[in-house]
Amino acid sequence: MIAAVFDSIPAMILLTGILVGASGALLGSFLVLRGNAMLTDAISHSIVFGIILVWLMTRQLAGPVQLIGAALTGVLTVVLSEALARSKLVKMDAAIGLVFPALFAAGVILISLYARDVHIHVETVLLGEIGFVWLHTVTLWDQRVPVAVVTLAAVLVINLAFVLALWKELKLASFDPGLAAALGFLPGVLHYAILTLTSVTAVAAFDAVGAILFIAFVIVPPATAYLLTRRLWLMVVLAVALSVAACVAGYVLAIHWNVSIAGMMASMTGVWFAIALVCAPQRGLLARAIQAREQRRDHDCRTLVAHLFTHQDTPDMAEENTLRALTGHLGWPVPRARAAILRAHDRALVERRAGLLTLRPKGMAEAEAIFGRSTTVRH
Amino acid sequence: MTLLAELLSSQIVRTVLTGAAMLGAIAGMLGSFAVLRRQSLLGDALAHAALPGVCLGFLIAGGRDLGSIMAGAFFTGALAALVMMLITRATTLKTDAALGIVLSVFFAVGVVLLTHLQGMGGAASAGLSSFLFGQAAAILRSDLWMMGGVGLVALTLVLAFWKEIKLVSFDADFARAQGFPVTVLEAFLTVMVALAIVVGLQLVGVVLIVALLIAPAAAARQWTNSLGTMVVLSALIGAASGASGALISATTRGLATGPVVVLCASVAVLVSLMLAPGRGLIWQALAARRARAQIGERRILAAMQGLADAHDDARYPSEQGMLTAALGYAPDHQRFAALERRGLIRPVTHPPETTPHWELTPSGHHEAKATRADPRHRPEHPS
Repeated sequence: MIAAVFDSIPAMILLTGILVGASGALLGSFLVLRGNAMLTDAISHSIVFGIILVWLMTRQLAGPVQLIGAALTGVLTVVLSEALARSKLVKMDAAIGLVFPALFAAGVILISLYARDVHIHVETVLLGEIGFVWLHTVTLWDQRVPVAVVTLAAVLVINLAFVLALWKELKLASFDPGLAAALGFLPGVLHYAILTLTSVTAVAAFDAVGAILFIAFVIVPPATAYLLTRRLWLMVVLAVALSVAACVAGYVLAIHWNVSIAGMMASMTGVWFAIALVCAPQRGLLARAIQAREQRRDHDCRTLVAHLFTHQDTPDMAEENTLRALTGHLGWPVPRARAAILRAHDRALVERRAGLLTLRPKGMAEAEAIFGRSTTVRH
Repeated sequence: MTLLAELLSSQIVRTVLTGAAMLGAIAGMLGSFAVLRRQSLLGDALAHAALPGVCLGFLIAGGRDLGSIMAGAFFTGALAALVMMLITRATTLKTDAALGIVLSVFFAVGVVLLTHLQGMGGAASAGLSSFLFGQAAAILRSDLWMMGGVGLVALTLVLAFWKEIKLVSFDADFARAQGFPVTVLEAFLTVMVALAIVVGLQLVGVVLIVALLIAPAAAARQWTNSLGTMVVLSALIGAASGASGALISATTRGLATGPVVVLCASVAVLVSLMLAPGRGLIWQALAARRARAQIGERRILAAMQGLADAHDDARYPSEQGMLTAALGYAPDHQRFAALERRGLIRPVTHPPETTPHWELTPSGHHEAKATRADPRHRPEHPS
């Protein structure tokens, strides 16, 4: 059974994608909350330089030393960018945009000079080759397993252990770094720990999804989850789940249309985000449009009550407390006036008495509450 | 020199050189505003978002037609900017998350389209991946005219709206309060960034073009505090980076122009960060050193004056060890030498002791008093 899974190429490709997605989303949740999402962009570009440098020194692409060596470039990028920003010579965004393209360009040049057609192809750097992960395997317990799967599984375990062990600290540092610092939780150390792990994950994911698609796995599912919930644990769980779902859906569609698997997986994270952006309960565009409409109608209803209250039992009541006054004096279109009257009627605020709109006791109470409140404000 | 002459005799090299210099100038000019408005990374997002547009342009034109590819890139770049705005306005997600989402998702869609086109076959579609890193050799002389035209349009627009752009770059709130259409102007500047990206696609590619927007501007910013000078300087640095990058890559086979141009621009930044007068890191270090020396000298003067006052003797010979005790640290010998050179103190002997002694000269007394009176650098009183 297990052997069948590991011998099946589609299963291996899917598993690789899921491992990338899950380990990326775990860390990405905190990066998105802390406003450091674009550091992922910098890290994932500049590890290209680290990977080729380590390869030139050791002539080996995989292995723990290679992983950590290449990951150090990612951390270095962040350290350099922050140092540059601290010198006040350039702003943080420009600092990021200065450091990583330089390292990335250096990496690409080194590849084209020394590693041409060896192991790393310039296009692979960007797009990854998730379809070929099963080409490089190791034997574990008499079972041939892709190297990428082993590395990514180890990275996922480390990331998961990190998040679970430091849950409280991460939560505090994400929402209130000032308090975390005051309580001695070293948010700065935590910041670099997250970035180091992001860097390690980026290197491990590099073969499969390349430098840029990795960003989608780190940022997009957590950002989607962020739109769906306000609970941190639920956000992290949702982010991982969305990531896995994107991998599965992306794989199926990529095979169907015969396009890049990693690209389709990353595109699917974007589809989830678009759906959440429009349809998320409470914070989605639709929900907010509905809320806004409800509020507008409630407001119309209150305006109607106030208007009727002002003219109730006055000589001009016959003229003012009519539908015509609402359209003529308040400038409301007829449907809007009708809707307000209907709503007020449904809420037992007004009734039609002798052809005139009249406040019922509940409406009177509401109007008094409106004016009462405003008079207290005035005094 | 002969190598240079040989390179320049080649028609292709001359074309690439002109193109790279023109691109550097355009990107440098337009990047200045992005850097000042702290929107450097928006360029990165828009550049990555141009990839699906490149593929769409290719798909619609049915071949490698630069015009439709540029139009496609411009279209998806603008779309990405709109989506960015929608995300930041409609949700509580931070700007950097919005940037990351737009950048990675648009790029992913681009990758899907790219592989789709390559799957369809055709020799031309293989050249599409050159838009990732750029392929200078593919540039034609007719492309130069298009680049020059776009550059001219950008330059005209920048000159025409100079005052408005300047105001929005430095104080958007004030501009809004003055009744300028800030949102329109910001959209205009974003469109200009997209324009620069579109121009650079073929030469530098979608991944690295952001460096050509940021690096020349960041380098130019170090040398001047005037916007006009900065924009001109940035364009010049960009053009120089482009030209030298194109030349260097022409000397070696297999060296893509884009990365080399980016490295040249990075070198320009590094040099500027180090050397720029007043701002540069070396200047800062020198200034800090000068300030430290000045403080050290003032403290010695103050300590000596304190000892002279305590002994009611204006020419009191302060022993060096005594000054160490008074200051709480051993002052550097250079400080004494400097003070002596300025005629503020002079060495004296105090037989039978053989250790060095110093006394304040009248101008030394004057200087110490002036320093003490100045509230900006009141020294600690030596106890």
